[in-house]
Amino acid sequence: MSYSTAEIWGIIAALAVATFLIRFSFLGLIGNRPMPPIVLRLLRYTPVAVLPGLVAPLVLWPAATGGHPDAVRLVAAAVALAVGLWTRQVIWAILAGFAALYIGLFLSGAF
Amino acid sequence: MTSATTKSVYWEGVRAGAPFVIVVVPFSLLFGVAATDAGLTLGQAMGFSVLVIAGASQFAALQMMVDQAGIALVLLAALAVNLRMAMYSAALVPALGQAPLWQRACVAYLLFDQTYLASVKAYEERPAMGVRARIAYFFGVATPITPIWCGMTAVGVLVGATIPPAMALDFALPITFLAMVAPMLRTLAHVAAAFTSVVVALALSGLPSGFGLLIAAACAMVVGVLVEDRT
Repeated sequence: MSYSTAEIWGIIAALAVATFLIRFSFLGLIGNRPMPPIVLRLLRYTPVAVLPGLVAPLVLWPAATGGHPDAVRLVAAAVALAVGLWTRQVIWAILAGFAALYIGLFLSGAF
Repeated sequence: MTSATTKSVYWEGVRAGAPFVIVVVPFSLLFGVAATDAGLTLGQAMGFSVLVIAGASQFAALQMMVDQAGIALVLLAALAVNLRMAMYSAALVPALGQAPLWQRACVAYLLFDQTYLASVKAYEERPAMGVRARIAYFFGVATPITPIWCGMTAVGVLVGATIPPAMALDFALPITFLAMVAPMLRTLAHVAAAFTSVVVALALSGLPSGFGLLIAAACAMVVGVLVEDRT
C-alpha cells in the first residue's frame, strides 16, 4: 500500500473515534429517545449486507492468483460457508475453511 | 446491591465471556498476520486492535487499504461494517441507560458482538438485575475477550512475518468473513440480503474501490426488510 505513515495513523484515529461514536450514540448521546422502527429494521441487516459483498470479489478473483478464479480457493470458501451454515459456529467454519484450503494447496502441489 | 454480589455477578460475566475466546484467538491472530501482509507495522496493527477494537471493520479497512482505495472510502467501508453497533447501543439503553455517563462510555468502548450478545441474553433472562450488577456483568464478559484480542494481534504480527506466501494467508480474510456471515443467515430475509449484496457488489466491481460495496450494502438492507415483510 502507498499511504504515508501519517495517513495510516489518521485512518486508525478516525476509525477509532467514529466507531466509538457509533457505539456511544444511543447509550450516551441520544438516551431513551426511540429510533424510527424502520431504521432499526434496516440496521439489523447491516452485517449480512456488507460482508458478503466485500468477500465475493476476493473469492472469485483473488489477487494472489493474478485475479483469476482459483479452484482451491473456491472450494475452501464453499467449505467455510457450508460448515458455518451447518454448525452455526464461527470457529468450526474457520477451521474447516483452512483445512480445505491447505488440503487443496497440498494436492495441487503448492507445498 | 452489596459489593460482594456485584463481584459475583462480575465473575458470572467472565464465565459467560470465556467461550468466545475460542473465536477471538484465531480472528485476532489472523488480523495481525493480514496487517503484516498488508505492510502495517506492529504499532499500527496494535493501534487498530486497541483503539478501534472491532474485528470485521478492521479487516474491511485493511482490505480497502490493500486495494489502494481513497481514505474516505476506507473509512466509509469500515464504518459501514460497524453500523450494526448503533443498534446494539440502542438495544442496551433500557438496561444500562441509568448508569453514570463514564460507565456508559466504557461500555461503548467495549461494545462488540460478543459482549452485546452475552449481556443482552443475561439481562433478558434476569430482569431483576440492578444497573450496577448489569454493568458488572458486561465488564465481566469483556474481561477474558479484550486482552486476548489485543495480545493475539501482536502475536499475529510477529509470527506473520515468518510465514511464507505458499501458506496462502491472503485467503485468511475471505475465510474468516464467510465463517462470520454463514451463522447469521438465519432467515430467508438474511439470505436474500446476503445474495443481493454479492450480486450488486460483483456487478459494480468496475467502480472505484468501495463505491460498489456501499451501493450493494444499501440495496441488501432494503431487500432484507422487504423480504422480511413478505415472510
